[in-house]
Amino acid sequence: MSNAPWAFVAALAAVPVLVPNPYVLAVLTLAGIFVIGAISLNLLLGYTGQLSLGHGAFFGLGAYASALTSLGFDIGIGFGLRLRVDPQPVWLGFLMAILVACAFGWMLGRLAFRVRGAYFVIITICFAQVLRMVALNWVELTQGPMALISIPPVSLWLPGLGVVPLVTKAQTYWLVLAVGVLAFLLVRQLVESRIGRALIALRSNEALARSVGIPVTHYLVVAAVVSAGIAGAAGSLFAHYMGIVDPDVFMFIYTVTMVIMVVTGGKGTLWGPVVGGLIFGLIPDLLRGRAAPELQWVIYGVAMILFVMFLPRGIVPGVQSLLRRRA
Amino acid sequence: MIGPLLEVRNLAVHIGGLVAIADMSFQVPEGRIVSLIGPNGAGKTTAFNVISGYMRPTKGRVLFDGADITGLPPERIATRGLVRSFQRTSVFAGCTVLENALIALHGRGRAGLLGALLRAPAQRREEARLLAEAHSMLDFVGLAARADTPAEVLAYGEQRRLGIVLAAIVSPRLLLLDEPAAGLNPSETQAAMELIQKLRDRRMTVLLVEHDMAMVMQISDSICVLNQGRIIAEGSPAEIRQHPEVISAYLGSGHWEGADAQA
Repeated sequence: MSNAPWAFVAALAAVPVLVPNPYVLAVLTLAGIFVIGAISLNLLLGYTGQLSLGHGAFFGLGAYASALTSLGFDIGIGFGLRLRVDPQPVWLGFLMAILVACAFGWMLGRLAFRVRGAYFVIITICFAQVLRMVALNWVELTQGPMALISIPPVSLWLPGLGVVPLVTKAQTYWLVLAVGVLAFLLVRQLVESRIGRALIALRSNEALARSVGIPVTHYLVVAAVVSAGIAGAAGSLFAHYMGIVDPDVFMFIYTVTMVIMVVTGGKGTLWGPVVGGLIFGLIPDLLRGRAAPELQWVIYGVAMILFVMFLPRGIVPGVQSLLRRRA
Repeated sequence: MIGPLLEVRNLAVHIGGLVAIADMSFQVPEGRIVSLIGPNGAGKTTAFNVISGYMRPTKGRVLFDGADITGLPPERIATRGLVRSFQRTSVFAGCTVLENALIALHGRGRAGLLGALLRAPAQRREEARLLAEAHSMLDFVGLAARADTPAEVLAYGEQRRLGIVLAAIVSPRLLLLDEPAAGLNPSETQAAMELIQKLRDRRMTVLLVEHDMAMVMQISDSICVLNQGRIIAEGSPAEIRQHPEVISAYLGSGHWEGADAQA
């Protein structure tokens, strides 16, 4: 088992060499970005048990923060003052995306984790909708519905080569894969630690967790910040990959897609969001051209229902228990 | 230390218009097993909830080791060394017995975010130490063979035992046990009683709420009798058995048969 994950990563890394088809790589890259989003959502939904239906907001925040940092902006901030930022290198935008998302994750964590259950879900939905409204209406900063365009691709400093922009499909693919592996490792280190046990304790039995002295709210905020930061990184990759960001990144459907990926894959398992993310990230593109558009969504929906009916705990735990039974 | 480990002073709890506790004062000296008994609805579990921080009292003070802990959140009270067990939900479902023990050992670890991410040698040593502690506690209470069993699969008696262990593993100075024998058969009750005595021998003070009178009389150093939100008697088991007010208000009135059901 210990080598299988690395073999999987190696196989993924070999794809651009074996299948140098730009369409395939584009589809995989986009699916990969959403897998990273799903990995981050899993930390909250899967391990702490809190359903955030505003998770797409961190993704969108990352996309805007990164795009604006690399494009630069010039806005009025009241009292006749102006805030002007010149275009910055993309790596700085990537860091800004993580920082801004973390900051909002902390804020949302402090605000929302006083409440649980349905109230928490509602607050997170509102959070995403408010941000969408801001993105739509703060035209001076975000260009509103006209969208931010001509966002430069990610550039990377490589030893001996200096700063190179990653323009080919294969380069972007590898970058997303690298960030995905990092996100996976980050979450793994976290959940397989004392902090991870505190998160699981909260999910399993909050009253008991507090009674043995675990400050659950503190750990919820920690999980929210880390989760938001990873989602922000995914959003940044999305912005620089697409080259355009509009307020639609805050749409509910992005969050719902991530929730579907986590739940069908197996929430609270490390591989669940990866498996669920690949399946539901790739289904729409696999069906494209093979079925009528209406039928594509019917198949998507039926596949989802079947997974939830027959593997209610998710694909990864379901397959694991099947294997255990046969062994 | 001079003075009792726990002191409850003029505690009153009103829930809506209902007076759950009218005026309650009692003390728990260090190193003893003290039982709180009384008929259903006397306010025993409410008292536990207030002492352990799950409810705020309307009036009164809770002093632990001389310091006022009234109104502190449960996790802060637990870190100060006062930990409770629960009547019903008592384990971390979905986790194995060993994982349950590791979760409860949270306060013994120091690793923060950075430590978790980097897994430095210090962090790995800490994990190894916690694991050893968890195993030794499971050995001590006779759950070692169940270490890898999911907690929710355990037999009822073992789940109750694990519930006590989760509170005891924190090594509190004062352990509050809420009906540890509820629903147990006589041999399991006997085992629970031995466990509590073993914990006392590990220098833990125990405050017990229990309906099983045989157990209470056998195990307690002293007993507080609660009726209608007030302490009506306090003393050794022998004194309580003969206390006229206790007998008339309560022991003789046939409450005990009904009191075996959970409060």
